[in-house]
Amino acid sequence: MRSFKYQIQDETGLHARPAGKLVKLARELDSAVTLAAGERQADGTGLFAVLGLGVKKGTVVTVTVSGGDEESSLKLLEAFFRENL
Amino acid sequence: MEAYRGKAIAGGIAAGRLFIYRKEKRRAKREAGAGPEKERERFLKAAAQAEQELKALYEKALTSAGEEAAAVFEAHSLMLSDPDFVREVERAVSREGVSAEYAVDEAGKAFASMLAGMDDEYLKERAADVQDVAQRLIRILQGGDEDAKSPEQPVILAAEELSPSETVQMDQRLFLALVTERGTETSHTAILARSMGIPAVSGISPRPEWEGRMAAVDGESGVLYIDPEEGLLSELENRKRERELLARSLEALKDQKTVTGSGRRILLYANVGGIRDVSAALAGGAEGVGLFRSEFLYLEKKSLPSEEELFLSYKAAAEAMGEKRVIIRTLDIGADKQADYFELPEEENPAMGLRGIRLCLKRPELLKTQLRAIFRAGVFGNLSVMYPMIASPSELRRAKALAEEAKEELKKEKIPFAEMEQGIMIETPAAALLSGELAKEADFFSIGTNDLAQYTMAMDRQNGQLEEFFDPHHPALLRLIEETAKNGKRAGILVGICGELAADPSLTEEFIKMGIGELSVAPSQILPLRRRILELP
Repeated sequence: MRSFKYQIQDETGLHARPAGKLVKLARELDSAVTLAAGERQADGTGLFAVLGLGVKKGTVVTVTVSGGDEESSLKLLEAFFRENL
Repeated sequence: MEAYRGKAIAGGIAAGRLFIYRKEKRRAKREAGAGPEKERERFLKAAAQAEQELKALYEKALTSAGEEAAAVFEAHSLMLSDPDFVREVERAVSREGVSAEYAVDEAGKAFASMLAGMDDEYLKERAADVQDVAQRLIRILQGGDEDAKSPEQPVILAAEELSPSETVQMDQRLFLALVTERGTETSHTAILARSMGIPAVSGISPRPEWEGRMAAVDGESGVLYIDPEEGLLSELENRKRERELLARSLEALKDQKTVTGSGRRILLYANVGGIRDVSAALAGGAEGVGLFRSEFLYLEKKSLPSEEELFLSYKAAAEAMGEKRVIIRTLDIGADKQADYFELPEEENPAMGLRGIRLCLKRPELLKTQLRAIFRAGVFGNLSVMYPMIASPSELRRAKALAEEAKEELKKEKIPFAEMEQGIMIETPAAALLSGELAKEADFFSIGTNDLAQYTMAMDRQNGQLEEFFDPHHPALLRLIEETAKNGKRAGILVGICGELAADPSLTEEFIKMGIGELSVAPSQILPLRRRILELP
């Protein structure tokens, strides 16, 4: 299991469009992806769960991957957050 | 001609015949299914078909309405295959033994209300998407065809609400304008309208008898005209052009200082209702915040906010405004506007009751916590504090004594804080008449004309029956303002106005002559007022 933290820079936070892209990416990876913000946790493949986190600009999100090729999953997710959020 | 005022959600002007779109809402009755296995299979089959449909809609929307509008169908696909959604449907068919239709309907409602309950306008709008996905599944399960009722000539499309699945079925090139009952700037209707460059207005409930009538839509001011008079359209076009010109010329004044022709510098500040409005104030060209209301920090909560919560809000405002001044008004509530946890008893006459500084002095901890938060936040910007509803110098003295206590405490606890000016609202006739005495102890005045008018004339401004008696320029009110300005000037302190009158252009010149040095108005009124002041001698 490996994880990284990321503070959301995007003005609109983790909204429907980036959330949709993130969910699509999480579904393609062979690792299980979990997002945590504050005390809430969400399965990265669930759009409602991710939207339900209520992530806004400035929120610190912890992204955890487990199983499969964790190394490359982590890299892809990190790149995604930096580019889109 | 009839005119209906709604909310402008996409700009532009259009005219044409109205086309009323009525959707059939599909409901699923609670009924026993054909067994969990069978219902689960039906659901999965329907979901697969829905997935196919959504793919086709995505392609279609991509070519006809652009990427932003098309992305919606991608989101629908994700919702359709969302693990929580699928699990919820499967749970209902197996545990409750209901039909797939009913399970989908219920799950759709549950996720829609989850989104609708979120503290975010954009996500709230997404509740309609979930309903749209559920409707699609129910239609497939019930064996219906796509609802196709499409205009055949260019029309103004009016509907209760438009979902992307519906609009994409129609030939969108035929839309001249959109009118809906529900929808905000982030709704599909608005997104679609903007991507097509057509006007859209929401907040107007379409009536069946409008079908086929001629209409015009003004997406600038949000008005729908039915059977428009001749010449209206060119008039609307002219008005639109004028508005654009005005907006552009005002935009040029954004970073200018506010100075009269003879060189008098006037501070033009913004009134804000909370941290959310601070960016609007900056964007609107404010030179500072003349009234930062604290009420939202209390009224939106279930219990008393902590010092830390208050501190973070005040700090955010201070940091956002940088060197520009922010005047924070301490809590101004009373029995007519309170949160349950205050447990204020009902009053016969709350306007004259336990409110503003009176409540704060009666519950000193309430004021001291705020003051500690404000003084601490002062380290991060240029803050001042302002006490509301002062009627006597003794009230100001008591508030200032509490401020001293707060500072002593902070000093002892070695918590950094900033010294700052402490001013008062002049909103009771008593304070205006005693402004000479008060000026010796207050660092600045800000005249709250709304309350001052109501207390001076003994007239409730909200009472429509008094309209013929209510004079916003009542000479008694103006005389109190003049008295306050004169006394403030004599003591060498800044006198501002933060009530509605501050934005009244017919009084601007008089106010400045009286010696008013600061005007605090709604963010959208700053630039027009700046232009007015620049034009003064």
